[in-house]
Amino acid sequence: MFENFVIPDFLPAAPEMFLAIMAMTILMIDLFAKDARHSIAFWLAQLTLLGCAFIQVYTSTPGVVYTFSNTFVDDSLGDLLKIFVYLTMIVVFFYSRTYLSDRPDMNKGEYYVLALMATLGMLVMISANNFITVYVGLELLSLSLYALVAMNRDSVQATEAAMKYFVLGALASGLLLYGMSMIYGATGSLEITEIAQSFGAAEGNRTVLVFGLVFMVSGLAFKLGLVPFHMWIPDVYHGAPTPVTLLIGSAPKFAAFALIMRLLVSGLLPLAQDWQGMLVIMAVLSMAIGNLAAIAQSNIKRMLAYSAISHMGFMLLGIVTGVVSGDPRYALNAYSSAMFYVIAYVLMTLGAFGVILLMARAGFEAEELSDYKGLNKRSPWFAFIMLMVMFSMAGVPPFIGFFAKFSVLQAVVATGEIWLAVVAVIFSLIGAFYYLRVVKLMYFDKPETETPIEAGIHVRLLLSANGLAVAVLGIFPQVIMTLCAYALLTSF
Amino acid sequence: MSNYPLLSLAIWVPILAGVIVLMTGGDRNAPLARVLALIGAIAGFLVTIPLWTGFDVSHSGMQFVELHNWIPRFNINYHLGVDGISMLFVLLNAFITIIVVAAGWEVIKTKVAQYMAAFLIMSGLMNGIFTALDGILFYVFFEASLIPLYLIIGVWGGPNRVYAAIKFFLYTLLGSLLFLVAQMYLFFKAGGSFSILDWHQLPLDLTPQIWVFLAFMVAFAVKVPMWPVHTWLPDAHVEAPTGGSIVLAAIALKLGAYGFLRFSLPIAPDASHELAGLLIALSLIAVVYIGFVALIQTDMKKLVAYSSIAHMGFVTLGFFMFSPLAIEGALVQMISHGFVSGAMFFCIGVMYDRVHSRQIADYGGVVNTMPKFAALFMLFTMANAGLPATSGFVGEFMIILAAVKFNFWVAFLAATSLILAASYSLWMYKRVIFGDVANDHVKELTDIGGREFIILAVLALCTLWMGLYPQPFTEVMHTSVNDLLRHVAVSKIQ
Repeated sequence: MFENFVIPDFLPAAPEMFLAIMAMTILMIDLFAKDARHSIAFWLAQLTLLGCAFIQVYTSTPGVVYTFSNTFVDDSLGDLLKIFVYLTMIVVFFYSRTYLSDRPDMNKGEYYVLALMATLGMLVMISANNFITVYVGLELLSLSLYALVAMNRDSVQATEAAMKYFVLGALASGLLLYGMSMIYGATGSLEITEIAQSFGAAEGNRTVLVFGLVFMVSGLAFKLGLVPFHMWIPDVYHGAPTPVTLLIGSAPKFAAFALIMRLLVSGLLPLAQDWQGMLVIMAVLSMAIGNLAAIAQSNIKRMLAYSAISHMGFMLLGIVTGVVSGDPRYALNAYSSAMFYVIAYVLMTLGAFGVILLMARAGFEAEELSDYKGLNKRSPWFAFIMLMVMFSMAGVPPFIGFFAKFSVLQAVVATGEIWLAVVAVIFSLIGAFYYLRVVKLMYFDKPETETPIEAGIHVRLLLSANGLAVAVLGIFPQVIMTLCAYALLTSF
Repeated sequence: MSNYPLLSLAIWVPILAGVIVLMTGGDRNAPLARVLALIGAIAGFLVTIPLWTGFDVSHSGMQFVELHNWIPRFNINYHLGVDGISMLFVLLNAFITIIVVAAGWEVIKTKVAQYMAAFLIMSGLMNGIFTALDGILFYVFFEASLIPLYLIIGVWGGPNRVYAAIKFFLYTLLGSLLFLVAQMYLFFKAGGSFSILDWHQLPLDLTPQIWVFLAFMVAFAVKVPMWPVHTWLPDAHVEAPTGGSIVLAAIALKLGAYGFLRFSLPIAPDASHELAGLLIALSLIAVVYIGFVALIQTDMKKLVAYSSIAHMGFVTLGFFMFSPLAIEGALVQMISHGFVSGAMFFCIGVMYDRVHSRQIADYGGVVNTMPKFAALFMLFTMANAGLPATSGFVGEFMIILAAVKFNFWVAFLAATSLILAASYSLWMYKRVIFGDVANDHVKELTDIGGREFIILAVLALCTLWMGLYPQPFTEVMHTSVNDLLRHVAVSKIQ
């Protein structure tokens, strides 16, 4: 019965296993430890992530390794993205710490456990080489996030957001699964790398393939928050407790990028013409609606939600310019630009939410744009960090956001689609307005309150480092650009 | 030629000084911040002097070149250099920075360190614009310099400052984003190079040349500003603090004009010839129409702002007649306008600090209470009107001379500016300075103090020097301008 069973190679998945075990352990320890502030859970979670990063680095191999009957892949793209996920999560935990300990009813050990489970989901998504693995990772991430959004269970807003997120998320998962099943039907395989090879034979089933593709792209677009599947983003960003918003807005973007790369680029490249057409429309719509709707917001979390939609649209431009009429010459340039954009975007999101969390204190959320009036007077340094982040998001040099936009735009221009670049540029200009408004509030207006800003020393240091990284990596973007290009070159 | 990285020093000394000033913190240390800012500005000026003394006037190519890898992934280099066209602007910019720091000395009382630092950092960034030989490096400096000016207008500006600051920022951003797309197009056309000098040699067909030219034009026309995209300038000027207005008029407007010479003409010479008519028409509208608009202004700052647009119209007019005399005249006009408009805005600032009004109607008879000031203001008003022996005359005269050769009607329209400029400048001067003492505010005015006198005297000396003996300035430009015109005369279409 077991003659065909081969013990799989566990090493490529070592960080995932370590993370899963530690998440369970922390859950147990937190349950029994008498620790009202949940410091043990916090520090253990941080150590876990650090441990994962170390394991990731030490078990990384130069080539592409498949394991668990080819359902799991370990390549340098995965390694790099996972390391960014760990780093991001470490920063997220540090930023969230004060916010949570100021609010006893939300300060639970489960926050860290669920966040670690979400991280595990991201890791699985990043390394998935099989539709089922993709789905398992995605659901692990999503279910953890649904619970996290509802963590503040007495808040009507948060519960509503969680409900909305869950219902729409389940629908999107359904779409994704339906699409996968159609592609399975047409190609006879669930394995991503195999699907790409079996296309020659499946040519006859093109209708089924494209039909499945439409469903898959819709599911993906929902998870990324692209117009017209973006409705949940503003509500969830707004309704969720700020640390959870930070979590949703940051690390999962890496996983989403990996998902696009694995499903569309690596699996369905022969259908590139079809999915690129869909993505172009979604990218342009996302930039348009994201940037225009953000102008009307008075809540900074909602504003950043719409800004996230527009940024994801912009990032997509890098993906859609990879293959031009069957010519993959520009692929590396385009995909590595998109990847750089994601990294830059996450860095900026961390900075922006870091400042929001810094300003928030017990009984005060710092969610309204008017709460930022006169920040320069109250805290010149953190106002300056927010200024850098805002200009960076607007794409003004010398910050990293400029080079992110630059690299994507040059990828677009490289394919000769200059009209697309011009459209992107015009929507960036519209977007600049609401980022400028935040700077205006912080610098030009008088403060409404003189309450000094209190924060732990590690948050101050980390936020300072984050803000400086936006500037320094903007002036010296070469290292990360090279890393992206290298990771993609060796993985595909 | 010296081996020191002089251009890097010209960029980074002011920026570093700005960061140091910023570190002095709150307004408790304001005196220290002022002194440090002045030291930084003077140091920033001193490092630019060897650029002029060591400049080889017989050499048309780039001098003091520095070339380092910056972002090899896109072949972007830290590539600096100056030629006869750009060198003087570096000096002008460093010089104006000292004036600006001194101009804000006692006037700015809140957030002094931030104010001074913003000007120093902006000065460094603008030097970067004038010296960058890599398209993206140019763009980075070009855009980054918007941030300090946005803050200067918005934080220390007048009542309507928010509107002015955002309008200023969005207008300029619109132009420069299209410019960025055009740069990327050239990058791929040139086989992966962002070097401006490579683009100069790049053959291009007429249609792409025209598109590239138009994209450049949007960016630079907004910055100059040319009619009809000039409307941000009066708002920005009126709301900006005195120092902001000085930098805006003296340096920021020159960036657009400089861009035409560095990018548009040499990269798209055929398109430049093709579209010269359009540019000349827009320039003449600026000269004549904006001249009339200036005439009816009741706010002094607005009046000088409109006069700046008219004067810059002269500059762009000079560029597109493709004669060495006209281009040199335009360059002289740019530098002269730097001195004169800077001084005009400072004079208005001097009065505003005392009366807190910029309305012409609130003044009258100032000469009775501020005789020294009235005398100096007279000189600058005359220079603004283009009186011979002041710097304002030299540039305009050269351009009109070239225009006579080019086309009689162009020359005729351009020459009306002499009448218009004299009308609005002198009429304003008459209403503000002469006559009986208009009200109690004017009666209580005190004449300029030592700091203000020194600033105005230095600017007056510069104005007269350039007016009486422009040779040292034109001599520097000569070879580079001739070389540029030779380059523009050759078609790039293959």
